[in-house]
Amino acid sequence: MASDMTAQILDSLSKSDAPLLSNEAYPSIPSLNIKSALDRLGSRQMIEYETLEKDVVVLTPEGEEIANNGSHEAKVFAAVVAALDGLKISDLPGIVGKDNAKVGQGNCFKRGWIKKDNDKLRATQESIVDETREQLLTVQRTQTLDDSKALADLKRRKLVSLSKDIHYKFSKGPKYAKEFVKEETDLTPEMIASGAWKTVQLKPYNFNAKGAHTPSGALHPLNKVRSEFRNIFFEMGFTEMPTNRFVETGFWNFDALFVPQQHPARDLQDTFYIADPLTADPPREDPANDPHLPKAAKPLDYQKYWDNVHDVHEKGKFGSIGYRYPWNADESLRLVLRTHTTSISAYMLHKLAADPRPARLFSIDRVFRNEAVDATHLAEFHQIEGVIADFGLTLGGLIGFMEVFFAKMGIHQLRFKPAYNPYTEPSMEIFGYHEGLGKWVEIGNSGMFRPEMLESMGIPKNMQVYGWGLSLERPTMIKYGVSNIRELLGHKVDLGFIESNPAVRLEKE
Amino acid sequence: MPTISVDKAALFKELGREYTTEEFDELCFEFGIELDEDTTNSDRPIVNGVQEPPQLKIEIPANRYDLLCFEGIQLMLNIFLGRKPLPEYKLVPPPNGQLQEIIVKEETTKIRPYVSGAILRNVKFDTARYESFIALQDKLHQNLARQRTLVSIGTHDLDTVQGPFTYEALPPKDIKFTPLNQTQEMNGEEMMNFYEKHQQLGKFLHIIRDSPVYPVIYDSKRTVCSLPPIINGDHSKISVNTTNVFIEITALDRTKLEIVNRMMVTMFSQYTSEPFTIEPIKIVSEHNNETRITPDLSPRTAEAEVSYINQCCGLNLTAEDISTRLSKMAFRAKPSATKPDIVEVEIPPTRADVLHQCDIMEDVAIAYGFNNLPRSFPSKSGTVAQPLPVNKLTDIIRMEAAMAGWSEVLPLILCSHDENFAWLNRKDDGTTAVKLANPKTLEFQIVRTSLLPGLLKTIRENKGHSVPMKVFEVSDVAFKDLTLERKSRNERHFAAAWYGKTSGFEIVHGLLDRVMAMMRSAFIIGEEGLDNAASGAAQYWIKELDDPTYFAGHAATIHARIGDKEHVIGTFGILHPTVLEKYELKYPVSTLEINIEPFL
Repeated sequence: MASDMTAQILDSLSKSDAPLLSNEAYPSIPSLNIKSALDRLGSRQMIEYETLEKDVVVLTPEGEEIANNGSHEAKVFAAVVAALDGLKISDLPGIVGKDNAKVGQGNCFKRGWIKKDNDKLRATQESIVDETREQLLTVQRTQTLDDSKALADLKRRKLVSLSKDIHYKFSKGPKYAKEFVKEETDLTPEMIASGAWKTVQLKPYNFNAKGAHTPSGALHPLNKVRSEFRNIFFEMGFTEMPTNRFVETGFWNFDALFVPQQHPARDLQDTFYIADPLTADPPREDPANDPHLPKAAKPLDYQKYWDNVHDVHEKGKFGSIGYRYPWNADESLRLVLRTHTTSISAYMLHKLAADPRPARLFSIDRVFRNEAVDATHLAEFHQIEGVIADFGLTLGGLIGFMEVFFAKMGIHQLRFKPAYNPYTEPSMEIFGYHEGLGKWVEIGNSGMFRPEMLESMGIPKNMQVYGWGLSLERPTMIKYGVSNIRELLGHKVDLGFIESNPAVRLEKE
Repeated sequence: MPTISVDKAALFKELGREYTTEEFDELCFEFGIELDEDTTNSDRPIVNGVQEPPQLKIEIPANRYDLLCFEGIQLMLNIFLGRKPLPEYKLVPPPNGQLQEIIVKEETTKIRPYVSGAILRNVKFDTARYESFIALQDKLHQNLARQRTLVSIGTHDLDTVQGPFTYEALPPKDIKFTPLNQTQEMNGEEMMNFYEKHQQLGKFLHIIRDSPVYPVIYDSKRTVCSLPPIINGDHSKISVNTTNVFIEITALDRTKLEIVNRMMVTMFSQYTSEPFTIEPIKIVSEHNNETRITPDLSPRTAEAEVSYINQCCGLNLTAEDISTRLSKMAFRAKPSATKPDIVEVEIPPTRADVLHQCDIMEDVAIAYGFNNLPRSFPSKSGTVAQPLPVNKLTDIIRMEAAMAGWSEVLPLILCSHDENFAWLNRKDDGTTAVKLANPKTLEFQIVRTSLLPGLLKTIRENKGHSVPMKVFEVSDVAFKDLTLERKSRNERHFAAAWYGKTSGFEIVHGLLDRVMAMMRSAFIIGEEGLDNAASGAAQYWIKELDDPTYFAGHAATIHARIGDKEHVIGTFGILHPTVLEKYELKYPVSTLEINIEPFL
């Protein structure tokens, strides 16, 4: 065993200072055993060693058999010669064995050693040279064969195989001693108490291995990115909106945002409608004492708001010609799963209209789309949304704000493309230059909310409101190189990924 | 957003120069359309032995119907580049002064009440123009017309029919005609059956199928021109050789009807012998006061405030400067002679997207260049950051659970009805869950009322992971609540599940104790413990629970007293083996689920 080998190695070295070869010193000991002993001694600098590796040819069991007793064909030839007047073919297996008979007979014919004479085999010459056996004996002796064609042939016949011979050259190390001193595995309270620590030898620490596995809990990677985004909003003075409301009305999700009732986003193909409960109430005062909702500065006129929204769609108002279609109250009272958190922004801005003052609002929460599920689309995802309301905001201010906002997540080059969105005008798509991908990537949408939406609420004309949004999943997928959204959100996410995902530092990556 | 494919060489010829893909991409970007693809270097389809010439695929904003065809894209880009003026669209009656008429019968109000139309005289089509003419109808049908439900277009060779036309609504059996590109005559009912499985038309049949009357347009000899919104008659079909085109449009929506008419004629009147002239027609529709001459191509005049535009853009442009820039965006604008802060803007019939002066303001910004606008930082007003209280509480519990060695998971909020009820041995009393009307799959039938299905599915999908698995989630579930405006409410829950070779019952119980301790809630034994003055402001206790979700004798309700109010905040226990079987879990599972909102 290994411990025996350490003593043996130390003992072998004691006789001279010259290096030794393991295959010469201990030819019959498996190299694995030698290595563990050498490692043990080496890590304590008692010896030094190097590994010598060479390719060798070794005989397979069948090769061994031929090397010892001759090839199949030689055996067959011997049997034929031994029979005085030819050998009956049917007798051959009985003499040399079935396997030898079959292969050997063929090879004899190939070499022209024997010929067939009716049902008998006769030798064509008196003696033969058993080349195969000669070659195998050479291999057995030297572990190699110079004739590469013959070697390939032996390999093909599965008589030899290639292998690596590993042995070691070892010599005394700086801390060589003839005896291996017993070592303690760890420092113990007893050693400290007794003072034994002063003399005790501790087993050396393996600095090439990892430490012990630390059991730990973990936060979900997507929520870690979410925390970073929340912190960015907090750093910039934003208040979090009460988005803990999945079910919305057509009114808040669409009509309030000046999305016309025939807009494709309202199709069954895009929006989840609710079958039970079926119909909402028109907008009205929040229940008293809801712990989540802000209080308006003064009571709001919900009927007026409803009428304004109706008018601005159907015949225009506040300087707008409107969409000019018959607006249907029932459509507004249909319940939907919110398709964006902008429904909550509308709710919050309506509250703000009671006492218009500068405000910064944000939310990061789940939204729902009735989309076909694929690698980049799920029926659910998280929307990041920011809103800034103030007097006299400019488009350049929105661009300037976006530059600071996205710089906080390490995106320093932005471009803005004119775009269309029913509730913002101007609307700008935000493109960021992605260093890793070497191209411009769309990273969000932004704009100034339309007067039709704001003035219906009672927000004064000289107050502008920026809104912008992006999904939480998309930047996370780009950052982590995740190609399938289902590996990031939902029950198919790998727990191992959750547990090993590093801390998120958006500005660093 | 619609994507339009245009011939690259033809477009660059119209734009007067060659562009590299990058240069053209940049032009699109500035103008607010998006180059999706340049097919020059792609495998292009071979049709009739000829390879399709390189195409530019351009994404168009959904409200720019004037960019839905080659003609519109080249015109608007040329105007943007200052290479072409905005055309003067003119209505020119025929030499004899006698307008073609469509006489509308009152029955049409039962199915599709509005009709409009126009005539393009002496049009010169070629293959490309003709294909573009057909493609524009398709694009308008798809987008603005909402798959022909709101508006549908029929185009006819005027020389094959004879006005005046009538727009009627008749029982399907009474309408007899040969549909476009067919040889056999059929009535309305037969037509429905004939096109039942048709790849393109089948999807439009539902629009009128069940109506007792179908809309139909006849010429004066009772030739059927079209049966909107399904198909035209074969008799009056147009071809690349047609020179006089009669366009009829029927609709449910009057505004979109006229927009469609304006788009059709403004885009293709450039190919009439005198470009940009259109022959109007008269609609006679006394019963609903819709008698009028169509199309109306007069520009709408709007006023835009110089101060508003400058304020929103952060610029200091003069009224003249604004007017000049607006001309790049296909407006005719001039400073008002009487009001110094006003620019008078003529909105051409092509620009249906302009509703408010904010739309004009945006076009000034685009003409100026979004990326050239002076940048600032909106920091005039200070605001105070504030988290939503329930999210702050959520974060505290998430951190505590993770620090206790549990892993956070994020399953979906929608789930199947069975996952939420039957698989947990729970019954749906019909008053609890919010149910979806139109899910595409069984996975999304309801909004979860419990976090357990998501946790159990996550464990099921992670069977390769070493045991024990300890997972948790803090997130919302939703319940029906008929007292509220939205008839439902969310509730923030905390749930955890253990999966391992032992039941983990005490371990889940221990996690509950830990979280309760962090919520400054003291454990007491039963309600009698409430009298113990030493136990502080909040207390909790558990009571054995008999519930089919859990293994008998190994489940409890969790009670909390916070302030003066007592709540049952949740339950925990070893899941019943029948629940495990449904979720395909082979080791025991213990779960915990509580409503955290009482701790707000």
